[in-house]
Amino acid sequence: MGVRLDKPWRVLTAEAVADLPAELGVFQLGDSAGEVVRIGYAGGRTLFGLRSELEAALAKREAAMFRTEVTSQYMSRYEELLMVHAADHGQLPPGNAAEARRRLGRLSPG
Amino acid sequence: MDFEPSEEQALIVDQVRRLVREEVWPLEAKLDPDASRLEPEDHARLVGKTRAMGLYGLGIPPEFGGPDVDIVTQTLIAVETAQHRAGLYSPCFGAFGGAGLAQLYEANEDQKERYLFPMLRGEKRGFFGLTEPSGGSDPARAIRTKAVRDGDTWVITGAKIFISGADGADFGIVFARTDAEKGRGGITCFIVDADTPGFYVRRVVHTLRSGHYGTELQFEDARVPHANVLGEVNRGFAIANDRLTRQRIPYAAGCLGVAVRAQEMAIAYAKQRETFGAALSTRQAIQWMVVDNEIDIRTARWAILAAACKAARGEPFRTEAAMAKLLASEGASRVVDRAIQIHGGYGVTKDLPLERWYREMRIRRIGEGPSEVQRIVMARDLFDQALY
Repeated sequence: MGVRLDKPWRVLTAEAVADLPAELGVFQLGDSAGEVVRIGYAGGRTLFGLRSELEAALAKREAAMFRTEVTSQYMSRYEELLMVHAADHGQLPPGNAAEARRRLGRLSPG
Repeated sequence: MDFEPSEEQALIVDQVRRLVREEVWPLEAKLDPDASRLEPEDHARLVGKTRAMGLYGLGIPPEFGGPDVDIVTQTLIAVETAQHRAGLYSPCFGAFGGAGLAQLYEANEDQKERYLFPMLRGEKRGFFGLTEPSGGSDPARAIRTKAVRDGDTWVITGAKIFISGADGADFGIVFARTDAEKGRGGITCFIVDADTPGFYVRRVVHTLRSGHYGTELQFEDARVPHANVLGEVNRGFAIANDRLTRQRIPYAAGCLGVAVRAQEMAIAYAKQRETFGAALSTRQAIQWMVVDNEIDIRTARWAILAAACKAARGEPFRTEAAMAKLLASEGASRVVDRAIQIHGGYGVTKDLPLERWYREMRIRRIGEGPSEVQRIVMARDLFDQALY
């Protein structure tokens, strides 16, 4: 597992979401240019894991694309992705602005 | 030893127990099963309650503004505060505050002004940087991070691993080798500001705990002023060692708290769940598991309180603390495992806290010195000599 979630983007469609496993994990939503608009996780209270989270994103038309990573360490991985994004871009994705109200760590992933 | 809490201790324990069950449990029910943090407003509300109880800042010496609560009472409280899903590593989500980096109470006045007091006011956070990729159980020999004096500064080079909270900290207490020839007598403790050029938090280290992580640190010619040496040059090992000994009692108490709660759950479930026409609690196999749980719980409780009572009397308690840590972490691991067995399939789901405790309890047999090191500590005292 790399520090960054660098899998290929997939188009956010009902068919693609239906294909997703009902597993715990993390995901990124992206715009049509491949910029990350939100980082999220499917935790232990989601009904059908990643599938449920991406279904919600699709219903809200939050993004054009997505990518996922199945992991049981979804919370620490989520924090890591936020910190790496902040290190790479100087700020959090727009959909994670609310995270700024708590103190996020700093990484220098190199 | 027969221990009965005093009337005052029983009152405090009852207050804390009610806080955990009436305030923390409902908040936790709304969180992710692996969460280690509350929403800020919920945390502030809980802190308000612990302040009102006069128990905020447990572990902070009274002369620095902490409540005047002795170590035995603190231990009894620690057993209670662990009795919820996140309680092993985030007892009451930090609502009781804490001593922070206790080593800073030994700092000089200038260092106290710059680090200790801001930390106690909640303005600065610190991390404890001891373990290295080369090992954590034998810090006297494993520490390869080195510091070389250059005028009024020290130049630090090396790496640390499994360090909690370094990514969000303002400063850290970092141990480095300052004399390659002297073993444990060649280690110095430094206070390193997080914005020091050459100090990097390189990566997150994922573990069995999903809601919390360690970090890997790198020092590339990080320059630290001589004024930031904590204690004396080449006397840093004593600072690390003292912390490790003291920490073992509350660490063990947290394990015991989780074991107590797992046992409560196991008994309740065994009474309610029927198999082949009778309650599980009527089956001898289940009864024996519950009895074995109780033996582990009472053994750990005895050892923990024995250590705390010796510490309260100002007597040496290194062997007792090591024994308490070993018995509690290993015994509680068995208790949680049996509780899962009694719950069957439900025991391993995220619907119940048992699976989280099972994962996190595994770490407790390694953290703060693995069981093998606790045995070394005890053997050293029994033979009254330095064995290694």
